[in-house]
Amino acid sequence: MKPEEMERALPQSVVEELKRHGGSLSKEKFQKVLERIYEMYQSARINAGESVGLVSAESIGEPSTQMTLNTFHFAGVAEMNVTTGLPRIIEIFDATKEIKTPMMEIFLNSPHDTMENVIAFAAKIKETMLKEFVTEYAFNIFEQTLRVKLNAALLQEHGLSVKDIATLVKAKHKGFSIHSSEEEITFAHTGKPEEIKELYNLKGKLQDIKVKGLKGIKQVLPVKREDTYIVLASGTNLKEILEMKEVDSTRTTTNDIHEISKVLGIEAARQAVINEAYRVIEAQGLNIDIRHVMLVADVMCTVGSVKGITRYGVVSEKASVLARASFETPIKHLINAALEGEVDPLASVVENVMINQPVPLGTGLPGLVTKMK
Amino acid sequence: MTYNPSVHKKIDSISFNLFSPKQIVGLAAAKMVTPELYDREGYPVDGGLMDIRLGVIDPGLRCKTCGGKLKECPGHFGYIELARPVIHVKFVRQVYDLLKSTCKYCSRIRVQEQQARKYLSLLTATAEEDGLEARRKRIKELIAKHTSKDKCPHCEKKQDKLKLEKPYNFYESEVRLSPIELRARLEKIPQEDLELFGFTAPGIRPEWMVLTNMMIPPVTMRPSITLESGERSEDDLTHKLGDIVRINQRLFENINAGAPEVIIEDLWDLLQYHIATFFDNDIPQLPPARHRGGQVLKTLTERIKSKEGRIRHNLAGKRTDFSARTVISPDPLIQLNEVGVPFRMAMNLTVPERMTEWNKDYLRKFVESGSKKYPGANYIIKPDGRRKTITDETKQEILEELNVDYIVERHLIDGDIALFNRQPSLHRMSMMCHRVKVLPGRTFRLNPAVCFPYNADFDGDEMNLHIPQTEEARAEARILMLVETQLISPRHGLSVVGCIHDAITGNYLLTKELILTHEEASDLLYTSGVNDLTALPQKEKMDGREVFSVLLPDDFNFIGKDKSGNEVRISNGQLKSGFLDKANLGQESGLMLRNFYEQYGPERTQEFLGRVSKLGIAVLTRRGFSIGLGDLDLMPETSEEIKSIIRKAEEEALRWIDSYYAGKLEALPGRTREETLEVRIIETLNKARNKSGDISMKQTRENSALIMARSGARGNPLNIAQMSAIVGQQALRGKRIERGFKGRTLPYFQKNDVSPSARGFIHNSFKSGLAPYEFFFGAMTGRDALMDTALRTPKSGYLYRRLSNAMQDLKVDYDGTVRDASGRIVQFAYGEDNLDVSKTKSGMIDVKMVVELAKEEREET
Repeated sequence: MKPEEMERALPQSVVEELKRHGGSLSKEKFQKVLERIYEMYQSARINAGESVGLVSAESIGEPSTQMTLNTFHFAGVAEMNVTTGLPRIIEIFDATKEIKTPMMEIFLNSPHDTMENVIAFAAKIKETMLKEFVTEYAFNIFEQTLRVKLNAALLQEHGLSVKDIATLVKAKHKGFSIHSSEEEITFAHTGKPEEIKELYNLKGKLQDIKVKGLKGIKQVLPVKREDTYIVLASGTNLKEILEMKEVDSTRTTTNDIHEISKVLGIEAARQAVINEAYRVIEAQGLNIDIRHVMLVADVMCTVGSVKGITRYGVVSEKASVLARASFETPIKHLINAALEGEVDPLASVVENVMINQPVPLGTGLPGLVTKMK
Repeated sequence: MTYNPSVHKKIDSISFNLFSPKQIVGLAAAKMVTPELYDREGYPVDGGLMDIRLGVIDPGLRCKTCGGKLKECPGHFGYIELARPVIHVKFVRQVYDLLKSTCKYCSRIRVQEQQARKYLSLLTATAEEDGLEARRKRIKELIAKHTSKDKCPHCEKKQDKLKLEKPYNFYESEVRLSPIELRARLEKIPQEDLELFGFTAPGIRPEWMVLTNMMIPPVTMRPSITLESGERSEDDLTHKLGDIVRINQRLFENINAGAPEVIIEDLWDLLQYHIATFFDNDIPQLPPARHRGGQVLKTLTERIKSKEGRIRHNLAGKRTDFSARTVISPDPLIQLNEVGVPFRMAMNLTVPERMTEWNKDYLRKFVESGSKKYPGANYIIKPDGRRKTITDETKQEILEELNVDYIVERHLIDGDIALFNRQPSLHRMSMMCHRVKVLPGRTFRLNPAVCFPYNADFDGDEMNLHIPQTEEARAEARILMLVETQLISPRHGLSVVGCIHDAITGNYLLTKELILTHEEASDLLYTSGVNDLTALPQKEKMDGREVFSVLLPDDFNFIGKDKSGNEVRISNGQLKSGFLDKANLGQESGLMLRNFYEQYGPERTQEFLGRVSKLGIAVLTRRGFSIGLGDLDLMPETSEEIKSIIRKAEEEALRWIDSYYAGKLEALPGRTREETLEVRIIETLNKARNKSGDISMKQTRENSALIMARSGARGNPLNIAQMSAIVGQQALRGKRIERGFKGRTLPYFQKNDVSPSARGFIHNSFKSGLAPYEFFFGAMTGRDALMDTALRTPKSGYLYRRLSNAMQDLKVDYDGTVRDASGRIVQFAYGEDNLDVSKTKSGMIDVKMVVELAKEEREET
């Protein structure tokens, strides 16, 4: 075999490693090393028929008994709560739509990543509601008005003025005449007096008007990660964050896999599943090869969208009626199969166990072809 | 029936379908007409539910349909003709969907012709692309969209709203529809419209979901039990069927007699109820059918579903013969891949061996000793498949006829293949192949080194043993499942078997400090199974490393690190430097065993490991090793040092508290001041505890506890510190203990006392003894830990079940891709590089090592 062919047969990572360590070798030596590595690689290749799925499931399932149940742990010094351990692993593999603690790690581009800039950026993106600036609500039933007193000093700190708020409110709520003064906004009810209730409702609505920042970013925390300053945010809004010019979009991520799938596509989601799951595994001090996590992630993502390992997700995609029935809700599957006249091809494991036949894995896989006379 | 093992029938596929009323009659062996079961003599009544045309459950009787006896006849279905049609509860939903979206008058789907065609091609496309489940969803959407229209696009008549009153009553404009009407409507739905509802299989008609004939399951699947009193107790299904037949007959009679409509309606409803509960006795709106005693009947659905149901209990998991279970106990002297089996078991478990020209004499000996003398044989199987027991009476006769092609089921003997398993079987190393070693006693014996993969200990654990019965099974077990082939875990590519406890301590001491005479060294090596002592240096005195090196092959080279970070260097089979401790001998750590395995293969590794273990234990028994309370004593200086550290830490904690009250404490970002105080205090105290652990480890005076902790055999610095110096802060959910009484943890303390001791800091060590309040804090965290494990186990168990169910059919195909059962590609290359984790070192090819070796070669030449 020619050296080039050998090199081509090796995986990228091994070739890179070889170039890095063996760069200084003479040509013959290099050739020899290459040959040996090629041989090693060939002997370490996975065998056809190996039931890799089950091995991965075992490799993750077995140590998961040792994971802690602690929901919140402190990431770093003293930050926000993060779901870790078993609950987080379950969350990832279930592909839960609403995760318990959505988080973002926001990296910034080079002129913006100094400490002051990062802090300013954090304040900028934090979702701030009107209620945080309000000091008092005053109803005047007789005049049918609602006066909202604002904390001008605090507004100033955030680079806003009462006027800004007033214009913002105006755009959002019509049907009231709005006046603003130095420290307060007055809403006058213009409708029929019987509908005074509207004014009360307005108060509720006003509270949750977003004054500033990005939707969903509930908490921000600038922290130092190794040498760079980054922003940790609880709550996520990947799309809008990535669109900001200060943000380094290559490193910024969120822990919400569905959001990644929506914004960046399925391949990114697959990588996110791997990263998130592996991070938890490492944090728990468990030693699991990344290949196993990769396989789970691939199973979850093969159909083109992120599916959880549940009866509604991955398992429902199986072709075999019996395999689905043996997992959960057997009656439902049998009934549907009967109506549609489904045929179970007996191509996977459980069905063959059920009817006492060799399973098509490992040594059960190869068959013999004989010529019949 | 003669059994010919060379012919195998293979089931290719299983298809699911609905039975038509005609098929039900055609399949049935008998029609059920009477609810009576037996006549006065106790013989099954013809046309009764225990009719012998449906199969037999009594020994002695023959099935009238197939002529088979008990266990030969698989049973046959029967049927009843229902006086009035009845809806099948399991299909109510589908009937509703069908009727809701078809026209009341012309029975066409309420979608325009053109659109219908469009939808149909869409449905076929979805089915092809995303499978049936996706199609089902699409159909649901379709139905939801088109029921709102109140006019049929075909006959343009106005539609009434159909309402389903659960569980099975249909109403249309407040008028109840009888199953007869439902059936009539379903009958009229044309075949081409049915395809839009997913009825794609040819020949399936929706009206079959309303039963006119009902299938009666064979007697064999609902056997009756004869109680000790001679009374018969019938199966739940038989009871239910009895109800159905009885009401059905009554209904027939009433209809024929022209009874008033009300009575007929009532009976009809009752029949509907019985048939519904026959299929499912757990329908939300219906009261479950009960026994006379009030116990709920277990009918068809309950038989199938859940963990104890047919599918998961009997089909996906099966019981085996030729298996044994007993308590396990350790025996460090047997090989790693052996299992000690008690004599009594060995005489009950058998291995079938076929007699040939060449093993005649060998097998005859077993038969000659009979079944009561070990090693003997229990049965022979004649070439015609008949089985004979070997007893004192039959022995002579059997010996005479014994010839080639007879199969002798002989007792288990040393060296036989057995599968050994401990539950929970969480990974493949939970079931490995061992070689049998028959031993006296009543327990299974196993080498303590294999406890780790099984996760076994000897506090009363029981394990299972299975004896494979065919040559194929034995070969597979031996080649794929033998302990030494499983040494490297596919989880991370490290050894899961290694030396444990005493063996580690022994080797640590040997390689660290022992100087031995030639005589002592030979003794040690000989006890650990080395017969060839030529490798031992011919010196008066030698150190432990030289003794250990005798076990190493001459061409073994290794460079690694020991637990404390010193270099361990083995060159040309000589241990040059470093101590052998857990880092290199233990399980799931170090690469020495991993390298050895790679270089010399499974068998030699197993042998090597066995010898190292025995050597360690031998060293320890010769040297003597024990632990007592005295081993927990600290040296006075150490004790002083630790005390001062703790004192300082406590002072610091109090300073934090003072600064909090003085208002000087600055809050951490995102925290309140109270929380910050807590964080600071925990930090300070934990630092102190860890420090005292390290200090107690650094004591200069050796003692047994320290040796064990240093070698990694058992215990860690924290354990040592807790036993001899200080137990430290008890934490509940990551915080100091703060619950209990108002403002305090225990009434012993002042209110609002946040000092270390009032919040769960234990000053004492386990040796000095805990104060009552300290003990209570310890109990609190202990309980919390117990709760945590109790809650975690089922959660992770369910996760595991889902993972394995979802991924069990993934395999590497011949082209190197990972595919699922239907051939869909999941990965183009396994793990992106096709590497098998168990064949690599931690999932990587060690390029660096190869390069280094090549460089060294250059230096040599």
